[in-house]
Amino acid sequence: MNHIAIEPAAIEASDLVRSFRDTRAVDGVSMTIRAGEIYGFLGPNGAGKTTTVRMLTTLLRPTSGSARIAGIDVSREPGRVRMRIGVALQEASLDLGQTGRELLELQAQLFSMRPDVARRRLDDLIAMVDIGDALDRRVKTYSGGMRRRLDLALALVHEPSVLFLDEPTTGLDPVSRREVWNEVRHLNRERGLTVFLTTQYLEEADELAHRVGIIADGRIVAEGTPDELKKKVGRDVVVVRVEGEPDLAHAAVVGLPDVERVDVGGHEVRLMVGDGPAAIPQVAARLAVADGIKVTEMTLRRPTLDDVFLEFAGREMTQSRQGAAA
Amino acid sequence: MSARVSIRGAAVASRAATAHDTHIAPIRFGRDLVTVARRSLRAASREPAAVIPSLIIPIFFFAVNVGSLGGIANAMTGLDYTAFELPVAVVFAVTGVSRASALVADISSGYFERLLLTPISRLALLLGMMAADFVLVILLCLPVLAMGFVVGVHFVTGVVGMAAFVLLSAIWGVAFTGFPYAIALRTRNPGAVSASFILFFPFAFLTTAYVPREALSGWLATVAAFNPVTYILEGLRSLVMTGWDAGPLLGGGVATAIVGTISIGLSLAALRRRVRIP
Repeated sequence: MNHIAIEPAAIEASDLVRSFRDTRAVDGVSMTIRAGEIYGFLGPNGAGKTTTVRMLTTLLRPTSGSARIAGIDVSREPGRVRMRIGVALQEASLDLGQTGRELLELQAQLFSMRPDVARRRLDDLIAMVDIGDALDRRVKTYSGGMRRRLDLALALVHEPSVLFLDEPTTGLDPVSRREVWNEVRHLNRERGLTVFLTTQYLEEADELAHRVGIIADGRIVAEGTPDELKKKVGRDVVVVRVEGEPDLAHAAVVGLPDVERVDVGGHEVRLMVGDGPAAIPQVAARLAVADGIKVTEMTLRRPTLDDVFLEFAGREMTQSRQGAAA
Repeated sequence: MSARVSIRGAAVASRAATAHDTHIAPIRFGRDLVTVARRSLRAASREPAAVIPSLIIPIFFFAVNVGSLGGIANAMTGLDYTAFELPVAVVFAVTGVSRASALVADISSGYFERLLLTPISRLALLLGMMAADFVLVILLCLPVLAMGFVVGVHFVTGVVGMAAFVLLSAIWGVAFTGFPYAIALRTRNPGAVSASFILFFPFAFLTTAYVPREALSGWLATVAAFNPVTYILEGLRSLVMTGWDAGPLLGGGVATAIVGTISIGLSLAALRRRVRIP
């Protein structure tokens, strides 16, 4: 093992573009992900996350630009790339009519693994999936959590070095979600697996990712560690829960000297403020005299990735919509 | 914890194994084909409901045709009508049987993409299913043949002729599967795939299904002359009724080859559109 050359990046994309008819679903994505990193790819539905993943995993040809996995070009040598990557796509991709064991064995055969190697490998993965007797039952009898674990095991059969997870916990209950998170962390820490994770959940990116890229309208609008991104927002957040029409609360506090931005979601009004402790009395005073609303809760907190997302993706999307209309 | 650690050990071993597991391309292709075919057959064995209608239709037609027309035909022409109709029953049994609806299910569940994410040849994915169809249609021929024996059909070409009869029927069956696969890959719609059987209907009836070619006249004779099923039936009938005769067998073989080239060509084009080859 005396490699002199520096290890290539686990994933490297330069100016990836994918057009469908007249829309550019991915519009110039470049990224470099080091071996051993967990990269969170965050964006709303339709932002271009899945299209990017499909290009990186050889399922879709880029319209232009290029990508390399461990230094291997995805367009020129898709077969070699497939040996290096494990992929768990959105919603478990399983054949419901076969048993878990049959699917695992088929996967090993399709990767031409030697039978003895495959047997050892499958024993380990079966321990990981941890579904007991269900392994010999058909997949259609499995719960959502069992299906995800089996799907993850299938992605790992051939011992890939880069794992792609496309919205791995969408539709899972909180307990199963935690289990998937623990497993991903474990795979990354114990085995040095590089993980590329797309998600709509800020909590998930915050929890798992070493680095986060935010994609909106096919372009990366912000990238960095969760902490760096939160610092970019760099303000305090006041969250007010109200009874009554939250828009009235919005009207009452907007324009206050220290309030930089106000967003309404459900019965919550969220204020980005420069100095939280200084802003709270003013906000409280305004809301106390506003008609038609009653404050039930007021909290002060540090920004989360949620706020970061609103800041970057939200603004960017509004801008481009105006651009399209102009 | 010990299980986790051993994953690591296996990791190193498996990477070494896969790295050195370089096979000669045709051997690798053949193995992939068998792997895909075995999975398809296992799935088929679990859904007999998908196969049984393929048997009911030919047996029904056979019984009705022989029952209603057999007496007249025999009285007028001296034709052994049960022997004459057996090939029709077999062709009905094997035509339109395919794993195309399973392919649609794979595409909609996402499992097809999991297969595409393996290094397996894309061609082996499709041809493996057709190989499974070949086995299935052979199995479908057998009960129809057995029914023929029960009602007294006798093969003048003997056991070897019977084997040739099953083989030609099965090859015809597989030659037709390209249509449902092409529809499956293009539409991803299970309804469209089951409707593909309708494609076969004009071929099945505008031919010598009921009477020999000499008895057809006018436009029907013209259509039948261009209908490949006419030649398949003549080839099969020759094995049952007249003996080893190169003419009708060659006719049946050529008709099958033409249909197969068109249908499998269409399915390969549809596959190419759906996935990247290689």
